[in-house]
Amino acid sequence: MKALYRYIKEIIQAFTSLIGGLMLTLKFFLTPWKSIITEQYPENRKTTINIPERFAGELTLPHDENNEHKCTACTLCEHACPNGSIEIFQKTIETEDGKKKKNLDRWVYHLDMCTFCGQCVDACPSDAISMKNNFELSVFDRSTLIRQLNRPGSKLKENNKPIKTMLAS
Amino acid sequence: MISMIQYSDITSLIHQTLSASLSPVATQITEIILSALLAFIVMIVCVIIMVYMERKVAGFMQMRLGPNRVGPFGTFQVFADVLKLLLKESFTPNSADKFMFNLAPCIVLMVTLMALAPISWGPGLVMWDSNIGILFITAITSLSVIGILMAGWSSNNKYSLLGAMRSGAQIVSYELSAGLAIVTAVILSGTISSVGMVESQADGWWILKGHIPAMIAFLTYVISSTAECNRAPFDLAEAESELTAGYHTEYSGMKFGIFYLNEYINMGVVSIVASTLFLGGWMPLHLPFNNEYIQLFNHLMDFIPSWIWLFGKMFMIIFFMMWFRWTLPRLRIDQLLKLEWKYLLPINICNLILATAISIFGWHL
Repeated sequence: MKALYRYIKEIIQAFTSLIGGLMLTLKFFLTPWKSIITEQYPENRKTTINIPERFAGELTLPHDENNEHKCTACTLCEHACPNGSIEIFQKTIETEDGKKKKNLDRWVYHLDMCTFCGQCVDACPSDAISMKNNFELSVFDRSTLIRQLNRPGSKLKENNKPIKTMLAS
Repeated sequence: MISMIQYSDITSLIHQTLSASLSPVATQITEIILSALLAFIVMIVCVIIMVYMERKVAGFMQMRLGPNRVGPFGTFQVFADVLKLLLKESFTPNSADKFMFNLAPCIVLMVTLMALAPISWGPGLVMWDSNIGILFITAITSLSVIGILMAGWSSNNKYSLLGAMRSGAQIVSYELSAGLAIVTAVILSGTISSVGMVESQADGWWILKGHIPAMIAFLTYVISSTAECNRAPFDLAEAESELTAGYHTEYSGMKFGIFYLNEYINMGVVSIVASTLFLGGWMPLHLPFNNEYIQLFNHLMDFIPSWIWLFGKMFMIIFFMMWFRWTLPRLRIDQLLKLEWKYLLPINICNLILATAISIFGWHL
């Protein structure tokens, strides 16, 4: 008798739990405007798309309004890069008081080799480079992925104390 | 039935025009071919709707959108998929038993299409008005396991064979409870002709007239026919995560397409049978009471054409099967057999006794 009771109880329990699950999916089916969470990507790129500010996308070398950047061409980022996607070309310029000084000539970024690991940004002592949240990086011509990041005619920003020395002092 | 043109008028018109120009034998053969072709085309159209419906229902139930790129709301997705299957190579593996390998999809499809023969599509519209229509359907649908076993064996692949064996065990055991559910409806209506079955429900569907036994039988029939169609949650024959694709692992191109088509036609057949047995086939919704207002309601229901009733019921049951598929996880093989032998079969036998009592004492409405 006890076995029969357990048998019937099991059937009723199975049915109630199955109906619970079925009702949940029926709710999703009947109220699609509430439940559907799919992002329709190419259509929503101007409207609802939400890429967080800290998303590590394309690498940039920010310039200010005077066309000045912070890169001292120390090549620490070039050494930090695990797959050699950064190449820094230095040039020696002579300052007004006759001193010779190394300065940035070309900051070449190989986007086709970059894995967006962000180690260059961590390695930079003067906060010269940062990663933007731009992720639509595909192009038709591979050669356009090799980019020079410093703008033509840009200079090193004067009085730019490296942040790590500031912390040490 | 209230409609301007009866189906029997159309069929007799076709019969007269054909027999005017052809000999009686040629007329018979032409009529058979025409009716078979018509039923096949109807099923193909239903399959196209079903595949689209399946993907949309799946999407909505999983909080997705479903296909929405090809054509308006993704309606042409099915045609694109069929085109892809037609363009792909129908590959036959070297070590396979080539004759059986190519025969298996044909047998599977043939068996499913044969089950369409005794179905009553509308008032006076039946291909083969046999007095054993329901028996014929139960006999034919259990043959499909031969095609599946053939596909699994001839592929010469362990996953295919395992899938086919599982499918065999599953179909053979669920055939029992599906058969007992059918017998319940047969006892209530007292006939095994599909036309007679529909006509016995003229004053109300069996699910309304037959009290609890008819409801339980309907439920068990839907469950066991879902298992017979090898659909989730009973898709052990395919079990993508364990057996890649089960018995059709080695099939590609249109040979796979035939298996896919067969799955959906089978679903359609099972739903039509379920609606014939319990929901009155093409019969409109009639309530079995002698009240004045209920008679008016019954009369109003007659204005809805019979094909809308038949396909409405069919797609309702198909929606149930899709709903199960996209809600419930797959059963293990022991759970599957336990469900059949320890639960469905005893319940069905008790239900059968109850239905017999109701039928003998005339308690149904």
